[in-house]
Amino acid sequence: MMAFTRNFHGKRRAEADPARVPPGQYVTPGFPVLSAGPTPKVVAGDWTFTVRGAATSPVTWTWEAMRALPAESITVDIHCVTKWSKLDTSWTGVSLDILLDSVETRAGYAVAFSEGGYTTNLPMADLTGGKAWLVHEFGGAPLEPEHGGPVRLLVPHLYFWKSAKWVRGLELREQNEPGFWERYGYHDYGDPWREQRYAGD
Amino acid sequence: MAGTALRGRLTWQQATVTGLVAETSNTRSIVFDLPDWPGHRAGQHVDVRLTAEDGYQAERSYSIASAPEDPHVVLTVERLDDGEVSPYLVDELRIGDEVELRGPVGGHFVWESTCDSPVLLVAGGSGVVPFRSMLRHHAAAGSTVPMRLLYSARSRETLIYADEFTRLGGRGGIDIRVTLTRENPGTWPGERGRIDRDFLTRTGLPPAEEPLVYVCGPTAFVETVANTLVDLGHGPGRIRTERFGGTGTP
Amino acid sequence: MTTFDGNAIAGTLNAVFGGEMTTASGTCASCGATELLAQLRVYRDAPGVVARCEHCDAILMVIVEKRGIACVDVSGFAALEEPTQL
Repeated sequence: MMAFTRNFHGKRRAEADPARVPPGQYVTPGFPVLSAGPTPKVVAGDWTFTVRGAATSPVTWTWEAMRALPAESITVDIHCVTKWSKLDTSWTGVSLDILLDSVETRAGYAVAFSEGGYTTNLPMADLTGGKAWLVHEFGGAPLEPEHGGPVRLLVPHLYFWKSAKWVRGLELREQNEPGFWERYGYHDYGDPWREQRYAGD
Repeated sequence: MAGTALRGRLTWQQATVTGLVAETSNTRSIVFDLPDWPGHRAGQHVDVRLTAEDGYQAERSYSIASAPEDPHVVLTVERLDDGEVSPYLVDELRIGDEVELRGPVGGHFVWESTCDSPVLLVAGGSGVVPFRSMLRHHAAAGSTVPMRLLYSARSRETLIYADEFTRLGGRGGIDIRVTLTRENPGTWPGERGRIDRDFLTRTGLPPAEEPLVYVCGPTAFVETVANTLVDLGHGPGRIRTERFGGTGTP
Repeated sequence: MTTFDGNAIAGTLNAVFGGEMTTASGTCASCGATELLAQLRVYRDAPGVVARCEHCDAILMVIVEKRGIACVDVSGFAALEEPTQL
């Protein structure tokens, strides 16, 4: 039998429309910082984004090249597998559709890789079709290093570990291969609405 | 058999709150009554687990503030504003409440009164909690080895155990030096400023006496102090550190 | 973000290994340094606990708790001492 702690509710402070909160999640007004390692110091001017493993040779964008592409502002809800959700977060960035448009590939999967060695896997179908962005602003200000700045991936319809911080590129693959947390038993796909936290969920 | 702890095996048990002491505006000590406590060593930790009605659980590790000789297990917890467990423990918990505890754990950052080296303790902020256990252990065991505590806090209001440290200081080899980093000279006659090279040279124990050194506090504080101590000639093998988050630099 | 050290996961390590592990030493397979587990850099504000080498930041150990069962990967160690019973 579970022993409940009187009047303990975790950090559930914010009231929210239950229809916007996936099962097992609570809404937080804060923005918790999750990290599996030290925060890398990446200067925006030195940042590059490389797509490799495709039919064409690797394509690399510099910070200036990425900033020259049309950016859009996105307001979305984000859901972390550690059970917090944050509603109406606003970001500015470039749709991955624009970047992947210039890459010829038949790959069905991608592994996003980051400064510091972090990886996470996603189907190509979830990186395209207006579902994923490279973002460099949060709440109208440059993205802070602890939240993944200068540039992170944003894939808000999946658990937030898929939105790789300090992202440096995509490795395109024909076969699905697990990334960092996926290798340790987190779900391959990670749909918060189906509560796909762990492999087998 | 549910609820029966196997001897020697680490299991969660229900601990009942029997006392609460406000140490500062954001820190309080909690006295627990435990059905099955094997005893602990000064400097060890326990894990605390809280469970919400929907099954959500949160777990944190805290240093034990009481001495092995004390009749109860006491934790001193500082409220972290973005925390989840500490605000509950500091603001919500009442006498008679139950939380789950497991422990004691940790064997590295401990001090035993049977050790005859002089001891230098260096604390930043609430990093002083395990040292309260060591100082009380020193006094309760009647140890006479020199034990010096250097304790850095922001201001008088954030000092914890001030009265107890005043009582303990000067007894049986215990020597406590407090420095405040953000207090006016007018309101604090003692040391001010950070624990830096100059402060450690003036007030620490000389490396020639080969003290055992314990450093506890926020990560940046611990790294600065430990590196400075090595520079001053203390053997790295005699310095034990414990880094925790806490709130910035004390 | 908050960095802890191995002392802060003494309870988790004890539950996983069945004994006291902060006083056990481990050798980093990446840089060869041998350190007590108490000295590891620990990142636990993440989907799991990640412990890294104090010297080279290599990942030495990952602990993920799934449905109440802890899964531990120690493949970052070239060698790891047994737990001690206190």
